[in-house]
Amino acid sequence: MKPIATTRSATGIPTGRLAVWWLIASEIVIFGGLLASYVMHRIGHAEFGDYAAHTNTWAGALNTLVLLTSSLSAVLAHEAAEKRDGPRAARMLLFTILGGAVFLVVKGFEWTTEIRHGFTITTNMFWSFYYTAAGLHALHVIAGMIAMAFVARGALANRELQRVELVGNYWHFVDIVWIFLFPLLYIAK
Amino acid sequence: MTTLSTERHEEEAPRASGEEPRPAEAHGAEHEHAHANPVKVWAILCVLLVVSVVGPMAEIRIVTLITAFGIAGVKAYLVAKHFLHLGAERRYIAYALAVSVAFMVLLFAGVAPDVMEHHGRNWKNVAAAKEVERALHEAASDEH
Amino acid sequence: MAQPAIEETPGSGTRHAEETSAPPAGHGEHEGFVKKYLFSTDHKMIAKQYLFTGMFMALIGAFMVYAFRVQLAFPGSHVPGFGVVGPNEYNALVTNHGSIMVFWVAMPVLIAAFGNYLIPLMLGCDDMAFPRLNRLSYQVFFLSVVVLLISLFVPGGGFGGAWTAYPPLSSKAEYSLTPLGSTLWLCAVILEFVAFLIGGINFVTTTMNSRAPGMKLYDIPIVVWMIVIATLVFMASVGPLVAGAVMLLFDQLLGTAFYDPTRGGDPLLWQHLFWFFGHPEVYVVLLPACGIVAEVITVFSRKKLFGYKTVLYTAFATGIVSFFVWAHHQFVAGIDPRMANVFTATTVIISLPVAEMIFVYVATLYGGSIRLTTPMLWALAFIAEFIIGGVTGLFLGASGSDIYLHDTYFVLAHFHYTFVPIAIISVFAGITYWFPKMFGRHMNETLGKIHFWGTIIPFNGIFIPLFLLGLAGQHRRIYSYEGFPELARPELQQLRIIATVSLIVMLSFQLVFLFNFVRSMLRGRTAERNPWKANTLEWVAASPPPHGNFETMPVVYRGPYEYSVPGRDEDYWPQNQPA
Repeated sequence: MKPIATTRSATGIPTGRLAVWWLIASEIVIFGGLLASYVMHRIGHAEFGDYAAHTNTWAGALNTLVLLTSSLSAVLAHEAAEKRDGPRAARMLLFTILGGAVFLVVKGFEWTTEIRHGFTITTNMFWSFYYTAAGLHALHVIAGMIAMAFVARGALANRELQRVELVGNYWHFVDIVWIFLFPLLYIAK
Repeated sequence: MTTLSTERHEEEAPRASGEEPRPAEAHGAEHEHAHANPVKVWAILCVLLVVSVVGPMAEIRIVTLITAFGIAGVKAYLVAKHFLHLGAERRYIAYALAVSVAFMVLLFAGVAPDVMEHHGRNWKNVAAAKEVERALHEAASDEH
Repeated sequence: MAQPAIEETPGSGTRHAEETSAPPAGHGEHEGFVKKYLFSTDHKMIAKQYLFTGMFMALIGAFMVYAFRVQLAFPGSHVPGFGVVGPNEYNALVTNHGSIMVFWVAMPVLIAAFGNYLIPLMLGCDDMAFPRLNRLSYQVFFLSVVVLLISLFVPGGGFGGAWTAYPPLSSKAEYSLTPLGSTLWLCAVILEFVAFLIGGINFVTTTMNSRAPGMKLYDIPIVVWMIVIATLVFMASVGPLVAGAVMLLFDQLLGTAFYDPTRGGDPLLWQHLFWFFGHPEVYVVLLPACGIVAEVITVFSRKKLFGYKTVLYTAFATGIVSFFVWAHHQFVAGIDPRMANVFTATTVIISLPVAEMIFVYVATLYGGSIRLTTPMLWALAFIAEFIIGGVTGLFLGASGSDIYLHDTYFVLAHFHYTFVPIAIISVFAGITYWFPKMFGRHMNETLGKIHFWGTIIPFNGIFIPLFLLGLAGQHRRIYSYEGFPELARPELQQLRIIATVSLIVMLSFQLVFLFNFVRSMLRGRTAERNPWKANTLEWVAASPPPHGNFETMPVVYRGPYEYSVPGRDEDYWPQNQPA
């Protein structure tokens, strides 16, 4: 049984959605801190441009496309949930999770190739930032996939459908972080 | 922020579970028009993605900046508006997120003079200058 | 107003229709030990867990300071109960004393314990908005405690790089000599941050959404506002340090060079990331302390808070300005002097809203009907001692004078004159004030007053000598001054001894508190619902409140500080009493 506290809404915003906004606000400063540090080094060190030339821009672009598409399916999941079509929402969430999985597989290939060519996390400062930032982002992708799996399971039974929107909001944030990571890490010079 | 009247307590009473949701209230009473077609938005995002990949290929700095980074901003705005529905949410949510971003700008402004710059009033970051020199020299000799 | 667009499934137990507070299923009398204690989601139980953990960690932090202060007063001696304090032991002791007091005492007690306990009660609801998330936050916090304590006993010993953990001392084992200790300490800190981020989301959301019907934003008690503002400041400031801590962890474990200048990194980056959080952090702990004091002084002067909105707006102003002052910790670290100018100006400015808050408190007391109960004594002591701390901060915030005073004991005395009021004095005010509600029994007033004087007087005996030592040039984080002729003078050594003896006296009097606390919990006089005749909603519930808190969920009709309202028989007017 949910406590009364969970169901009240003095602001008019459902409590769960409000919580996800605050989560996003605190994640902005985590990624923001890391990326601000990266940008300072990037601007101060002209050689980073040459280092970044060895990243796989096509893989990065593909991953951007994958995440954008998975955000689309998350929105479609939300629309289905609003129409109280739990099974369809669950299906759309599954597509989103699939998108996350494709993202991780592409990244896996990317990193394996780069490591085999000798570009590891300790190679130089650019690569340290590259693996740390993309790695932190990937952890958030995994966390999102897990959360979505739980929500999809409930949605299948038409339970707690409001959570479809919430997990979608988190996913869109993860997408937006990548939208900025892509040019920051992959575009040389 | 909304002030709360005692009427809210009574308003909660008639909302027994099992009632149909009211789609118009889905995102607060604030949006007057239906949501844009998400597939259309996705298509625009894809086009922007293509431009942002092609643009830097010209290797002109200003073009790279506009296409890679400028478009990133536009894409983020579109996702925020049409996927996150941030525009339909209460205003202060967008302000709270903007404050988070503003603090990151503040962080950059306060730290960059020490970390991004390698010299300032009466100081020089000798180690960093040496590293940049070494790395560029190595890159130049690699090209030969 | 909009309800959730999608109705939660019928039968999932939502309670829109009637807000009765029948105890939820599973919270009956036959709960096993595990369900009742280890996995409780009741905010009051979680609050007590944070409180007891914080008190336990305070004992550990106190033991550490005892050991290193005996070393400073009697260098080279065998410290009873510890052994000889060599340079490595000293560094580990001061590092962990500082880290523990800030992260594992002040924060869990002021924010997690008082926040968890008071917020649902004072807002008139039955629990936090996300009870299971609340449970998770304590579990992560508990894990951080375990990791930290383990770090003290691993080969190499505990981390000794100061709570500020500047690289390369913190990143390279060849310098720190504590490879395991350094990494475990860092992991403990990261876990603690995660625990408070999780908990923080709960606090802010609950306060925004779960208020009792009729409770407008300006009817929220100040202590709840303060904890919420503190939480927001924490959430906005800790992010960059989480990123920085991950970078430090990689430097330690993977050999990256984020902070290694010989390989393209910059140790100054860590300093900035740390202090960007570190300075707002002190206001994160200050604001709840001020909140507790506000509650206590209004009740025990039977008087309205002199300026509710003033206190609220100055708290917001303090929180915001606190983001603009951080580099005053780095004046002599080699930052650009032009930045030093900027940060001097902002640091002097931040004293204004804090001072304004103190003025409002003094004005609240003026003309009030003062009852000198134990909680009130602690609240008054907070105001007096904190003023000393605040004023001495100005000498440090001005970059010119800071050039001399930085890294001396003057700094140490300044921040103990702020931190001890925050983490100890206001906490005792809160514990003695809310004890009857939390445990349904009264603490002994006489023992309370003995404890009070036995703490406050020696407290000044510790730190006034340290101001003098700082002005004499004694630098921090040195295990013995025997090798420094100008500091080894007998007059200065006498000051060190006075400080240590005062500390031992102060620690001894804490036994009075512990005795009082435990005995009252077990055998104290039974407390009624509202022994202090206060207005706020927690005093409407039974002492202690059951699961669900209130027999009937309260409705609110006025603000929290309607004391001594003319024309009424009673000198208090509870928030939930109809007009």
